[in-house]
Amino acid sequence: MTAAAGDVFPPTDSVGLVQPQTFTFDQPLPLASGNRLENWQLMVETYGELNADASNAVLICHALSGNHHAAGYHDPEDRKPGWWDSYIGPGKPIDTRHFFVVALNNLGGCHGSTGPSSINPATGQPYGPDFPVMTVEDWVDSQALLADRLGIQQWAAVVGGSLGGMQVLEWSLRHPQRLRHAVVIASTPRLSAQNIAFNEVARQAIMSDPDFREGRYQQAGVIPRHGLGLARMIGHITYLSEHSMGEKFGRDLRSDKLNYGFDVEFQVESYLRYQGETFSESFDANTYLLMTKALDYFDPAARYGGDLPRAVSEAQCSFLVVSFTTDWRFSPRRSEELVNALTAARKRVSYARIKSPHGHDAFLIPDQRYEAVFTAYMQRVAAESHAEGAVS
Amino acid sequence: MRQDLAIIADWVRPGSRVLDLACGDGELMHHLQQHKQVTGYGLEIDADKITDCIRRGVDVIEQDLNRGLGNFADNSYDTVIMTQALQVLRRQDLALDEMLRVGQEAIVTFPNFAHWRCRFYLTFKGRLPVSKTLPYQWYDTPNIHLITFKDFEVLLREKGLKVLDRAVGDLAYEGHWKARVWPNLFGEVAIYRIGR
Repeated sequence: MTAAAGDVFPPTDSVGLVQPQTFTFDQPLPLASGNRLENWQLMVETYGELNADASNAVLICHALSGNHHAAGYHDPEDRKPGWWDSYIGPGKPIDTRHFFVVALNNLGGCHGSTGPSSINPATGQPYGPDFPVMTVEDWVDSQALLADRLGIQQWAAVVGGSLGGMQVLEWSLRHPQRLRHAVVIASTPRLSAQNIAFNEVARQAIMSDPDFREGRYQQAGVIPRHGLGLARMIGHITYLSEHSMGEKFGRDLRSDKLNYGFDVEFQVESYLRYQGETFSESFDANTYLLMTKALDYFDPAARYGGDLPRAVSEAQCSFLVVSFTTDWRFSPRRSEELVNALTAARKRVSYARIKSPHGHDAFLIPDQRYEAVFTAYMQRVAAESHAEGAVS
Repeated sequence: MRQDLAIIADWVRPGSRVLDLACGDGELMHHLQQHKQVTGYGLEIDADKITDCIRRGVDVIEQDLNRGLGNFADNSYDTVIMTQALQVLRRQDLALDEMLRVGQEAIVTFPNFAHWRCRFYLTFKGRLPVSKTLPYQWYDTPNIHLITFKDFEVLLREKGLKVLDRAVGDLAYEGHWKARVWPNLFGEVAIYRIGR
């Protein structure tokens, strides 16, 4: 959906124009790495209205390259709305007529929350590589402090896809009393060796760029454009399916003949290079490194000797787990691992495996069945939060 | 509430753990949750029915029963239920084994292929029966293994399984005296409660 000239702006099913807010925290945040953040800030967007007893709040957790801008537009001229606009808005699965939706940029990010490109108060210089490595647990703790600030004792639901889904799962285990529903989409309870391997190649691409400068590229006034672009290209391949790439590009050439050289010839090459280039202009390399590490480290079962059913026994909420058939980054099997652990632990869980050609990216793309399942579940959540409202 | 579901609800102990295989739109599980305070899950593969379950608050897991119940532990449920789905599975004997591995008891329902109308149809028309309980043509039927009460009970005997309860009736599950005396001839549908 774009706000093209001539169309009514904002579209009727959009949250419309939104404005991010900054929340500043003075209380130190202890981190899994043993470090702590003394002063930190979060960039946040909210949609809808918080009800009187704060029972209708939904937290959106973002994935690797996501941010606080999940829905709506910052400017009527914006070419694109927020990254999950297809699923957040009036009449959409996360219906802003019922829910108060909170989306934030995670710590370590590069869209306004404290991260590697922020100024380190100790040195007056950007943190760069000195910014502590964040974990999913750290993010959840920072989100819990944000909830306190917003007056939200318990989320009606915490929702997220991919790395966002990991935060949702962690919420259910770390703060089991503070959410009623967990929606875990296209995610996994831990990365596979193959997932970690892809992340490592992406990190090496960044760190081996001469402009990386040990992470202090900001002071040097350069950015490791090439390495970051390459990392994005690798990541992007894992977000699509073989089928969707074939459909989109096939073996199409940019010109009508082969050049017998190493320049861009196939359309898919051109597409990937474009993705890499635009990404490297808008994303921070140190943030990318940090996010991939958070992915690699996440493994709630490790605290219980690898026993996932025991790990999830802490949870009190109900779960909706959704996977997509052609997702090979976090395949349906990974979601089913989680579902099996939840059923073994006798937790409330529903699971849908959505047939989609779009690979891992499917969680961001409109799809009739995905919308139906998501809507049905969120309506249940909404009905309960109204009931909660009625009793108190 | 369908009569067969009411009978099943009678046989399920309050507060027990239930797995409902091919749970459809979740009507039975919903009823059992509301009136018997059971916990557990429905398993289903139909996309729309899965959405129906979620909408009515039944926990449903998308799973193909032909791939077994390997993801459920031995003895992890009190009752494993399967209504009107046994005949569409590839290996019913294995399905029964699985149900009674995971559950203490199993409850199954299916249409009787030896009902007198079916027999009449085949004998005098020379064609495979089409009826209310078996409304399909031979080429498009999902019912790939048709069952008679007698066949089913022979299978149970061979497996050393016990029939704990049996209700035989017409489509409305009203047990006529004829169905009690000659169930395999006059019963259209049956519900069995089976134990190890």
